Amino acid sequence: MKLIQNIGLCLFIASLLVFTGMLGLGTQKFNTSEIPGKNEYHKAALKKAIEQTGYADQEFGNIQFVSKVKEIVTIANKNQEDSFKKDGLPPGVGEWDFRFGGSAGDYINKLTSSSINDGPVQDNPWLFFFLTFGLAIIGGLLFIVPKFFESPGIKHNGIYHDSLTRGLKFNLRTGLLIFTTIAVIVYGFIREGNLFWPIVTAVIGVLITYFVFIKERSKENNPQRSASPIHTGWLGVIAGFILIGFYILLYWKPEYINNWVTMVTPLSELLNGGQASRWFLYGLMYTIIMLVMGIRMLAKYQHNKYQRVRTYSVMFFQTSFAFLIPQILAKFNMPAPDLKNMWPLDYSFFFDYRLDELIKSGNIGIFMLVWGIVLFSIGVPVFVFFFGKRWYCSWVCGCGGLAETMGDPFRQLSDKSMRAWKYERYIIHGVMVAAVVMTIGVLYTYFTGSYSILGFNTASLKSWYGFFIGAGFAGIVGTGFYPLMGNRVWCRFGCPLAGYLGLIQRFRSKFRITTNGGQCISCGNCSTYCEMGIDVRSYAQKGQDIVRSSCVGCGVCSAVCPRGVLRLENGPNTDSSRTEELRTIHISEGEIKILS
Amino acid sequence: MKHTVIIGNGIAGTTAARWLRKLSDQKITMISSETDHFFSRTALMYIYMGHMRFEDTKPYEDWFWDKNRIELVKDHVNTISYKNKTLGLESGKEIVYDNLILALGSKSNMFGWPGQDLEGVGGLYNFQDLEKMEKYSPNLKRAVICGGGLIGIEMAEMFHSRNIQVTMLVRENSYWNNVLPPDESQMVSDHIKKNHIDLRLGVNLGEIKDDGSGKAKSVIIKETGEEIPCGYVGLTAGVSPNVGWLKESDLEIERGIMVDNNLTTNIPDVYAIGDCAQLRTPKPGRRNIEAIWYTGRMMGETVAYNITGKQVDYDPGIWFNSAKFIDMEYQVYGDMPAKHDENTESLFWKHSDNEKSVRINYDSTSKVVKGFNLFGIRYRHEVCEKWIKEQTQIETVIQNLGLANFDPEFYKQYEGEIVKQYNQKTGSQLTLKKKRGLRNVLAFLKS
Repeated sequence: MKLIQNIGLCLFIASLLVFTGMLGLGTQKFNTSEIPGKNEYHKAALKKAIEQTGYADQEFGNIQFVSKVKEIVTIANKNQEDSFKKDGLPPGVGEWDFRFGGSAGDYINKLTSSSINDGPVQDNPWLFFFLTFGLAIIGGLLFIVPKFFESPGIKHNGIYHDSLTRGLKFNLRTGLLIFTTIAVIVYGFIREGNLFWPIVTAVIGVLITYFVFIKERSKENNPQRSASPIHTGWLGVIAGFILIGFYILLYWKPEYINNWVTMVTPLSELLNGGQASRWFLYGLMYTIIMLVMGIRMLAKYQHNKYQRVRTYSVMFFQTSFAFLIPQILAKFNMPAPDLKNMWPLDYSFFFDYRLDELIKSGNIGIFMLVWGIVLFSIGVPVFVFFFGKRWYCSWVCGCGGLAETMGDPFRQLSDKSMRAWKYERYIIHGVMVAAVVMTIGVLYTYFTGSYSILGFNTASLKSWYGFFIGAGFAGIVGTGFYPLMGNRVWCRFGCPLAGYLGLIQRFRSKFRITTNGGQCISCGNCSTYCEMGIDVRSYAQKGQDIVRSSCVGCGVCSAVCPRGVLRLENGPNTDSSRTEELRTIHISEGEIKILS
Repeated sequence: MKHTVIIGNGIAGTTAARWLRKLSDQKITMISSETDHFFSRTALMYIYMGHMRFEDTKPYEDWFWDKNRIELVKDHVNTISYKNKTLGLESGKEIVYDNLILALGSKSNMFGWPGQDLEGVGGLYNFQDLEKMEKYSPNLKRAVICGGGLIGIEMAEMFHSRNIQVTMLVRENSYWNNVLPPDESQMVSDHIKKNHIDLRLGVNLGEIKDDGSGKAKSVIIKETGEEIPCGYVGLTAGVSPNVGWLKESDLEIERGIMVDNNLTTNIPDVYAIGDCAQLRTPKPGRRNIEAIWYTGRMMGETVAYNITGKQVDYDPGIWFNSAKFIDMEYQVYGDMPAKHDENTESLFWKHSDNEKSVRINYDSTSKVVKGFNLFGIRYRHEVCEKWIKEQTQIETVIQNLGLANFDPEFYKQYEGEIVKQYNQKTGSQLTLKKKRGLRNVLAFLKS
């Protein structure tokens, strides 16, 4: 058994090495006959720059090529600016059809992805697909399948002895988080060329810290205990860096990952008939990771049917709704959204290009538009009322699905301190407000054509939200920090939809976790394995039911309880019975009576 | 301002401190030499197994004590002067009290076995025991555990989690059969063996052999003389009140510190709670010393009321408890002796997987339900308790059995099979009327 698992581990590491190493393989050459883009002046300027430098017929290594592309774009931009200053605009041409302005950066990715590639990946995409995806799947399954032969039960042995899952010291974790946040804001400023929203973001961050530390008097409530192993698990830190690095390449440096996209192009052609994009690559990886790690969950929870059914559910929704159905829709030239994703998590739902696409696609487009609106405006309140937010967060959602499968080994790393809870409430509701404000701005612009609302620029807000929340928070921190801060960082602190679902769950829902009388022994398994950082034990040991807006109803607290104390249930919706305090206490105030 | 001093920071002492703070403004000091802060003793095994860190076993964050003005002193109490109301600490400090609560806990039983004081021999009760196990675990090939019961199986599971071979020596002929009826005891024994633990039944520890350097090297079985080489010997033959150091004082002590129903000792302003207290007149069906978690919690609360001037008797209600034997969960509600008398009927249902069972005992003439024994199935405390308290008849219970089911959603419900079993046994034609579900339960509990 152990041998098979070790072989699996080796195969997986090998696939990771090929995956990383292949980015440097092969050569690229400028494709002067087919400069990408719609704008003739830009294309001409780029072509001229390529010819000027004499790069036209040269082959470059992949990494070197990106720097050449940047050089070309800089030269073309400068030529255009010089010409603009000297001669002004050619007659009848819009200023930004001539000058590059902010679009210069986009051409870096366009030029790299349209270049003439040559190398082993281009020659044998399927081979590389097998060496990366294939080996990773085989390796993962070799590691996972033997677990099906273990006796059913809780499988947490050695989690805190393992360098990958032990977590890191509190101060190091805080340092990494602050550094990452500042780095993303600064990079955002450089990238977006806009100082206003980065400053607003930084000010909000400082304000929240002020509120938590000073106003809520959390300064002295040092949460060391909930987030500090004796030794930092460095494998976990390395895993975190790998994930963060992947997201940086995917979101912000796609010009370097051409070979990855090339590798999955044949598959993309099979599925949707079109060229692969980096989003196809990401969707494919996402789905495969969720399937393989979903199988791991099935092996881990052989004894717990709730966990198994829930895992099947997220695997199904990811494979069908998030991946295959959009492929098929695209094949038939229809709009191809993920029909289970919804606003405000799907923050671009009301963006102009998506609305236009849906509206011009006729009936099917209108159906999708109405479906999307009904889902969040009627579906959410109704389903949350009956089942709690779990129906979405741990049964349907893609982000939740990844957290519950790939993220499961890291669930214990969530911070359970009071201070973390205070941060959580400010940040998640802050993002929720930001999403609403941004969407109002976008719709205002869509209907009025004006980019200014109360003096704020709607386009730059939209762009900043996409950059900072959509990529930075949900991707870099939300998933990259799995091995550093637990698997629900995004869901707990950031997701605006989770905030909305949570408010309904807290105030208008039948869902709660009930406590089994006086059986709790305060061992703390429930709190430790709560991915949302809820201190479940603090309720259970009082005999109080757990009604928390953040609870995603994953059911793991109930699964790990050694005394059978916790149960997820939907009961009558009277707040008093849900949040009644101190039920099992022996003596009550006023009169002396035995409650249990 | 009155000053209450609590010796011991376990569940009993901590609950007392918390309730004193809720009910009064007096000065509260908690003294312990075990750890800086209260932690859950029941979770020691999970630290060893790598499920949790020590920090995770603390039910309150470290700032909690300051915020609630509960002063913590990490020190050992060497002497108590009841006359002057002072405590002499190891550090030489002296503390004056108005009220004293003794929450001293237990110590592992040692029965004078030869070699019991060697290195590499230990029980499993306090944090230091855990440290000892950690110390000897690297390169450990085999551990021998002497004594069955709940701590023995915990220790076995701990070593097992690190792939250390475990041999268990158990005096009884079937696991824990002084508490469990034979069917359940057999099931637990099977489960332990299934997990590759070398369970030896009906044997006693003869002696622990010294390797020449003062460390244990092997164990001799009394009955057979067999020598089992091992690097660690766990002694888990139960616990007893940790009161040895007080025996010479004026405090009245039998096995534990003798207390009245309001938890007062024979000395004014001195109270005893938790594992170390022995009730002079325990409630019917309850023992005079019950070293379990929730009785400590209840006593802590009761003593706080008594100290703050509201006279309350300690009443733990109807017996309940729970445990876990490796992967097999166990719950009990009501009076469920290992061997029931002839006035009691017993309905026993077992799943074919030999991992789940339900036993319901009831009076053979009045048909009143007495208790529930559950393996691998969770039942709801409040429902079972209400049935027992209200002397509900077995047929009512059987038909509404779904109300008690506390297993997670989607789990198969076996109550129908239990009804069938009852019908077969008695020739009745009952059907199951209520299935699992909170709405029915809340309605029932309010009725």
